[in-house]
Amino acid sequence: MSSINPRAVQIEAEVVSNKKVGAYHHMVFSVEGMAASARPGNFVAISVGGESTGLVLRRAFAIYRATDKSLPAGSNGLIELVIAPHGQGSTWLASRQVHEKVNMVGPLGTSFGIPTEPVRALLVGGGYGSAPLFGLAELLKSRGCRVDMVLGASSAGKIYAPLEGKRSVSSMTITTDDGSAGLQGRVSDALPQLIEENESEIIYSCGPMAMLQAIQAIADKYNLLHQASVEESMACGIGVCMTCVVPLRGSDGVVRMSRTCIDGPVMDGSNVIWDSQRRIPEGTWGA
Amino acid sequence: MFDFSTKLSSSTLSNPILTASGCAGSGKELSQFFPLTELGAIVTKSIMLKPRSGRATPRMAETPSGMLNSIGLQGPGIDLFLENDIAWLQEAGVKIIVSIAGETVDDYAALARRVRSLPNVVGLEVNISCPNVENRGMVFSCQPDTARAAIENVRRNVGNDLPIIAKLSPDVTDISLIAREVVSAGADGLALINTVLGMVIDVNTMRPKLAQKTGGLSGPAIRPIAVRAIYQVHAALPKIPIIGMGGVASGKDALELVLAGASAISVGTATFGNPTAVIKVKEELKSLLVERGFEKFSDAVGFAHRAESN
Repeated sequence: MSSINPRAVQIEAEVVSNKKVGAYHHMVFSVEGMAASARPGNFVAISVGGESTGLVLRRAFAIYRATDKSLPAGSNGLIELVIAPHGQGSTWLASRQVHEKVNMVGPLGTSFGIPTEPVRALLVGGGYGSAPLFGLAELLKSRGCRVDMVLGASSAGKIYAPLEGKRSVSSMTITTDDGSAGLQGRVSDALPQLIEENESEIIYSCGPMAMLQAIQAIADKYNLLHQASVEESMACGIGVCMTCVVPLRGSDGVVRMSRTCIDGPVMDGSNVIWDSQRRIPEGTWGA
Repeated sequence: MFDFSTKLSSSTLSNPILTASGCAGSGKELSQFFPLTELGAIVTKSIMLKPRSGRATPRMAETPSGMLNSIGLQGPGIDLFLENDIAWLQEAGVKIIVSIAGETVDDYAALARRVRSLPNVVGLEVNISCPNVENRGMVFSCQPDTARAAIENVRRNVGNDLPIIAKLSPDVTDISLIAREVVSAGADGLALINTVLGMVIDVNTMRPKLAQKTGGLSGPAIRPIAVRAIYQVHAALPKIPIIGMGGVASGKDALELVLAGASAISVGTATFGNPTAVIKVKEELKSLLVERGFEKFSDAVGFAHRAESN
């Protein structure tokens, strides 16, 4: 049986800072010990809407950065998130002021696997899917890995690439659908050349499912490992509602409808049965 | 000292707060947030004979004060369920109400035989009302004759020491009629209500949002329907214990269902928004009952039915 992240706790997290960055909000929360147990790829689930809200479900956000080291003794750990205010819940969250508190559960889910030997890693993000990649880049660099990054979005304003995030990156490539920044096109258009030039050995990705599927096809072609942080709408984030499932091939070779909040969000891309929205793939366990 | 205990037919529970079927995972997930022994009992997901993949995604749509789900009874099948989930819950020392769901009336009999005499199991919920099935004809509780047949089949296989609780759908013309039918077929108690069948259409794609089009509506949006159903059934069958559920997220919500006639309360969708919702509901309900001068939880059950002069 898969289990919930054993370090997950439920806390009242205080907003420490909230800044608008392009189309997004960069928010910092004081989270006590939660920061120390967060790993790149983990996410948090936050209640939204306040006391009398009609929004009954939590919202899941990938952790952008978690800071617990190099802080003065007695100060709290911090978790940073990148919020895209596109729905009622995320808009409510993005309008929280400093000192307000939100109910937060985390860290949740799986994290990106870190190679034991230094490798040449290519990190690929779509839209604010870039958020968890910067913490990952820092960790990979601290382990002696070369990190190249490619970020794509529909237009320049939707690229999230803060200056401090670029410190750990050897090269940064931007693609936009409309050509308003970087190369015109999709991240998957840029990948083959980047893989060849940088002699990439592993791909880490986060973004919409269609993008992840396109990356998997390229990873297959170049025979690269691909760790993908998948996206399926969640109601609870803690493994009890069974809504956020994707078909995933287990180590026993059997495909099961697996919870992306517990068996993910980071999954081995070669084990995900992609393009399975609105259908159950043939041969899935119990189908 | 306030007496929070409650009785479901032959089973006594330390308090009336339960999880709702399909809203507590395997139990293990929630145990990270509170000790499961705080619950009167855990109600398991509805288990079927064979493994079941459930429905395709999208399976969920948030709605005003609620959500639609169409999980479609995803589960490991009875064998692995007993080996893993039930064994773990027994080890955790929590009282268990096992929920079963069948495709045929014979399935219910076979499932009942598998769970009728297990340690810690204090009740058998017979889910004859899941809306997320391929054939709406499988919703046994929508017709008096199929509802009766499923419960009779369970009754024949279960002794009197294990309460049989029939879970009913509110999507019927007269729920008290179905309630009378399943009680006369041998149900010891009732679970009211299952989700209400609904649909959301995405105005951008201009298609139903859920892959299987329809889903079960849950959350505070359906609470008045639950209160009404419990009130009607308690009026018709005042001696039959009812597990009430439908949009309970606070002690006040729970009290409403208790006053309507519920002897226990299941917390379902609220757990998705708050992993410790059951504990909040339990503590708030107790305070509200004490504030109102009740010495025993059982005195509040159905209190809204008392004569005007009282």
